Amino acid sequence: MDDVMTMDSSPELAGTARGKLGMWLFLLSDALTFGALLCAYGASRMGSADWPVPSQVLDVPLTAFNTFVLVCSSLTMVKALSAIRHGNVKGLQKFLLLTALGGAIFLSIQAYEYHHLLFVEGLRMRNSLFCATFFALTSFHGAHVLSGVIYLLIIAWRSTKGDFTAARNHRVEVAGLYWHFVDLVWILVFTFVYLL
Amino acid sequence: MEQTHVEPNYMKIFWWLLALTIVEVGVVYAHLPKMFMVTTLVLLAMAKAFLVAWNFMHLKFEKSALIMMVGLPLLLLVDLFLGLMPDIAHRIF
Repeated sequence: MDDVMTMDSSPELAGTARGKLGMWLFLLSDALTFGALLCAYGASRMGSADWPVPSQVLDVPLTAFNTFVLVCSSLTMVKALSAIRHGNVKGLQKFLLLTALGGAIFLSIQAYEYHHLLFVEGLRMRNSLFCATFFALTSFHGAHVLSGVIYLLIIAWRSTKGDFTAARNHRVEVAGLYWHFVDLVWILVFTFVYLL
Repeated sequence: MEQTHVEPNYMKIFWWLLALTIVEVGVVYAHLPKMFMVTTLVLLAMAKAFLVAWNFMHLKFEKSALIMMVGLPLLLLVDLFLGLMPDIAHRIF
């Protein structure tokens, strides 16, 4: 409990609570990594004469639905933070679990997509630059969603131990930052890889 | 931690994200001129990413120092993209 108290009443750095600042800096480094992967995808594509039209290889309607699922889970995440800021622990738990469920649905659909591409279409990373950059980018993002689901479940578990109250919810906010970032990156990946 | 700010209207942001996504998918299937399609999609994606960061991630309530700290290094990506251009420029121009 002392540890939790310290985290919430911790001195601020650059006018921002330490935990939040740390998460933002991590997300910045992550943004640069995703940015580099997207640049690699773009450069490979523009430098290739025979790049496939993504919407003919990939299932755009299914992925659009998946984008919808992830945006919904962002909404339930802000609802979770809003609930605990009003002192509603039950609401926090309900919305955290709904958010994690959204992540799980996203991963299931991605697993189905991968199964189709790998075993029905027979695509492999070594086949082409398109396959290499596509699988690198989407699997890196999928790993983020998986980590996020585990992260959210840990926060939900800690909430059953009474870690969070109306005045003490810093770690819920920080977890939310991570989750929204994963959603934000997917919005970009969906546009640049699936739609363009 | 001060929590004096009012909450953004989350539902409104959600509907915007949904509407912009539908427009994006519509643009793809409308078979518009390539240049127009690419420009529209890039702008819409940037707008959606901004909506998420600004409202859901509460960037609008953060100190400008944090916004600068996170925002300015992203310019490195522009640099990276331009750095890759010489290799690919001969295919486009």
